Amino acid sequence: MDTMYLSWLVWLPVAGMVVIAFIPRDKTEIIKTVAAVATGLQVWVAILLWLDFDSASGTIQFAEKLAWIPSFNIFYHLGVDGLSLPMVMLTPILSFLAVFVSWKTDRAVKGYFTLFLLLDTGMIGVFLALDFFLFYVFWEVMLLPMYFLIGIWGGPKREYAAIKFFLFTLFGSVLMLVAILALYFYCGQTFDMLVLIDTAPMALDGVLWWGISAIKVIWILLFIGFAIKVPVFPFHTWLPLAHVEAPTAISVILAGVLLKLGVYGLLRVNYGMLPDGVMWFAGAIAFLGLVNVIWGGLCALAQTDLKKLVAYSSINHMGYALIGMAAVIAASSANGSNFGAAEAGLTGAVFQMFNHGTISAMLFILVGVIYDRAHHRDINGFGGLAKQMPIFTAVAGVAFFAGLGLPGMSGFVSEFMCFVGAFPVFRTIVIISAFGILLNAAYFLWAFQRIFFGELNEKYTKLPDINGRELFAVIPLAVITILLGVYPGPFLDMIKETMTVIIDQVVIWGDMAVLP
Amino acid sequence: MNNIQSISVFWPELTLVITAIVVIMLDLIYSRKDSNRLKWWAIAGIVVAFWILISGFDQSAKSLFFRQVAFDPFSTFFKQLILVATGFILFVIPRTRDFANYRMGEFYTLILIMVFGMFLLVSAIDMIMVYLSLEIVSITSFILAGYMKMDKRSNEAALKYVIYGAFSSGLMLFGFSLLFGLTGYTNFHDISRELVALNGSANLALIVSAVLILAGFGYKISAVPFHFWTPDVYEGAPTPVTAFLSVAPKAAGFGVLIRFFNDVFLQLNVGDIPALPWPMIIAILSVATMTLGNLVALQQTSVKRMLAYSTIAHAGYMMMGIPILSQDGYFGIMIYLVMYMFMNLGAFFVVIAVQNRFGDDSIESFTKLGWKMPFLGVVMTVFMFSLTGLPPTAGFIGKFYLFAAVIKAGPEYYWLVFAGLINSIISLYYYLRIVKVMFLRGERVEILEYPSKTLTTLLICLAVPAIILGVYWAPIADWVRNSLILYTNTL
Repeated sequence: MDTMYLSWLVWLPVAGMVVIAFIPRDKTEIIKTVAAVATGLQVWVAILLWLDFDSASGTIQFAEKLAWIPSFNIFYHLGVDGLSLPMVMLTPILSFLAVFVSWKTDRAVKGYFTLFLLLDTGMIGVFLALDFFLFYVFWEVMLLPMYFLIGIWGGPKREYAAIKFFLFTLFGSVLMLVAILALYFYCGQTFDMLVLIDTAPMALDGVLWWGISAIKVIWILLFIGFAIKVPVFPFHTWLPLAHVEAPTAISVILAGVLLKLGVYGLLRVNYGMLPDGVMWFAGAIAFLGLVNVIWGGLCALAQTDLKKLVAYSSINHMGYALIGMAAVIAASSANGSNFGAAEAGLTGAVFQMFNHGTISAMLFILVGVIYDRAHHRDINGFGGLAKQMPIFTAVAGVAFFAGLGLPGMSGFVSEFMCFVGAFPVFRTIVIISAFGILLNAAYFLWAFQRIFFGELNEKYTKLPDINGRELFAVIPLAVITILLGVYPGPFLDMIKETMTVIIDQVVIWGDMAVLP
Repeated sequence: MNNIQSISVFWPELTLVITAIVVIMLDLIYSRKDSNRLKWWAIAGIVVAFWILISGFDQSAKSLFFRQVAFDPFSTFFKQLILVATGFILFVIPRTRDFANYRMGEFYTLILIMVFGMFLLVSAIDMIMVYLSLEIVSITSFILAGYMKMDKRSNEAALKYVIYGAFSSGLMLFGFSLLFGLTGYTNFHDISRELVALNGSANLALIVSAVLILAGFGYKISAVPFHFWTPDVYEGAPTPVTAFLSVAPKAAGFGVLIRFFNDVFLQLNVGDIPALPWPMIIAILSVATMTLGNLVALQQTSVKRMLAYSTIAHAGYMMMGIPILSQDGYFGIMIYLVMYMFMNLGAFFVVIAVQNRFGDDSIESFTKLGWKMPFLGVVMTVFMFSLTGLPPTAGFIGKFYLFAAVIKAGPEYYWLVFAGLINSIISLYYYLRIVKVMFLRGERVEILEYPSKTLTTLLICLAVPAIILGVYWAPIADWVRNSLILYTNTL
């Protein structure tokens, strides 16, 4: 097991950055090619990793650990398990495709791809880091390139969108820093996440701050940090702005990968290290998930800007993942030790993360395609495009129907699992959020109808159909969506074992916890 | 040690004094045009002093000149830091357009004397010595701030500096006299012993004297409410002087602040004597300092003035390390000072480069800088993110150690951590504003401009550590840890 897949994944983009730094700024084609090669190699390594991954094990695999700053117990520690693997697969794929989506960028190309590759390193680093300090560094490393990518290459309101994104995320991450340091000092001065998962529940047992259990305080600090990324209502207001103002490729990355960091963090950190808090907070997560579903759905329904609609659909879709996550408490003895439901919920949540990554990426790419041609995104400004752009319509059909959770598409499987898992414990919430699915279907179908059916707008009789490069970016995602919709079994097996470990952790600690 | 023995470990200071004398003599020989060549003499003096300091003698803690000053790794740390900062300043001075028409001999002399004063300040263990060295540092900095005598703002800066300086050192002197009256000693360790013997019977007088003395130190580190001089002086003084004042005397101020409160008052808070609330006073001042610095910095249109307020904010962050009464806090402050030196000098050097090119330091001069002069834009971005404290930059490591120290001290100081973090978020806004005007507006420019070779080299020497130390700072951490030995009296 001494193949260093994970380090390759993290440092390939950095290598690409270094190469790009030495290319003159006018050789844009070479710069783009280097970026494509770096991310392409990353995809290849990710596939090798996936082939080598042992689905039967729920523990960390391919771990790499090197001393970094020994005096503060900081290590360079990477590893992958069933929770992170889907995201570790998704990140290189989306990065690779995003390079092609941004192929037509002509403004400061060198800067764009340098920052883009830095962003790539930050994202994959967060999913792979098992040292809390390293995790935090990668988490913050993403901010800087994202700020510039939105701020320089974005739409008309890009300056405001970029600073709002930055301030929101920084607010969350400083709270997270407090929590990380508190964990460090209370749990034997270590940043090792695996050690913390073992020791934190015991070390924090009975610790009171201002009469409140320290577990609750740390849970809330971390939750806010991650919730801003998810984003959970009411921390979502940066999202529509950032997604709409960002250039297409960056919207793809934002929706496809960055939102997943929040859910990933909650499962890895909150569920792993503070399992006692899960019992206490799961109800709130389910409720916030419901609000996300309904609020995101209603907002999406009201949009006339297609990109904004897709942005709000992300809020709606992440709500399903939250509801699935909350299902973990079905396994507690108070709820009848329903391990099956808990497993379905958690696995569904992780699967939903992955699916939303592919589906929303597809949607954003398609929005970009139409925007490049028509130079606006007003849903009511189109009509009848089906006749003019038949191939585009077909691909968009796949994406839209995947978005609304049509059976046979991957989104359906994961949403269904989230609901099945949560139903035994959060019956009312699940029933109400079923209306969210209606909203979900409504806004996608209504938008589809307005854009593609009806009379063709005179202005668009010369609109060219989707081209080869764009198809190349969308087709892999469409294939994944359909494939996983029809035959999700192996993929779910890959996730499942790790979820069992998390559920055990939550149940063992949660069952005896009474938090003051 | 007695006076004769002390000389043998006093060579770094003596080197500085000798160099200062040599420089002012040579100034009579060189013509006005050549007066910048004296830079090399000053640099040679600094290098020799540094070399003696790190290699010359037994580094164990001892007191010199009949317990006037201490020689210990703690003071050596600050001396090294001050020398490095001075070296950067000496290189940038000839590259500053402001100074083009001035004779520079006195300038180098004054800098060397000021360094000498700071050396004494960080090692003083006697109130008289503290006062004398503080005045050496202050008086030389008044002249440096007003060095451009044809420039009204420079004159204004010097005058304001003098008035505030006189006022706060008067307050400090009054505080010292109270302490002397209570104990009958001027040496820190004697005072501490007598204060413990007082057993809390004069707490009111003690707290008054602590606050008054804090006025003197607070003035040096520009802590609220003794900060009023900072923005005007920093804005009016020649930019290299501003950069110097924002790093070296501030470091020295923290050195003496730590030493004074550690040696004199710390003993009062460990026993069962009714405790003095001085840690709480410093904690509150710390929050006030960072909050005021950041909030006022938000509204500035001059980048130099904005950086002046930002240095106030940074003093506030560093002050968080004192009230927790632990070595971790001092450790955090010292590591922060190292990181702060690189990023703050760097930011001011970019201002110098911009002033040289565009003639002023308003935020308009920075507009589209990233497109016109990409090198300056990129390094300025590094410094801005580092000053905000985002990983992977040096500033983050500084903040990390400070916050870690405070969190380690336990929940009663968590409010301090939250205040510091909220302030970091506020500070992001104005640091990012510069990044915004540099990059977010603008278009491709065909012909790119670069600053002069010396400035480029200096900026690289500051920007590279600002990133590298954010990724691998173990040598710095070890250095600081080994330096955390204060001379303690054994008499």
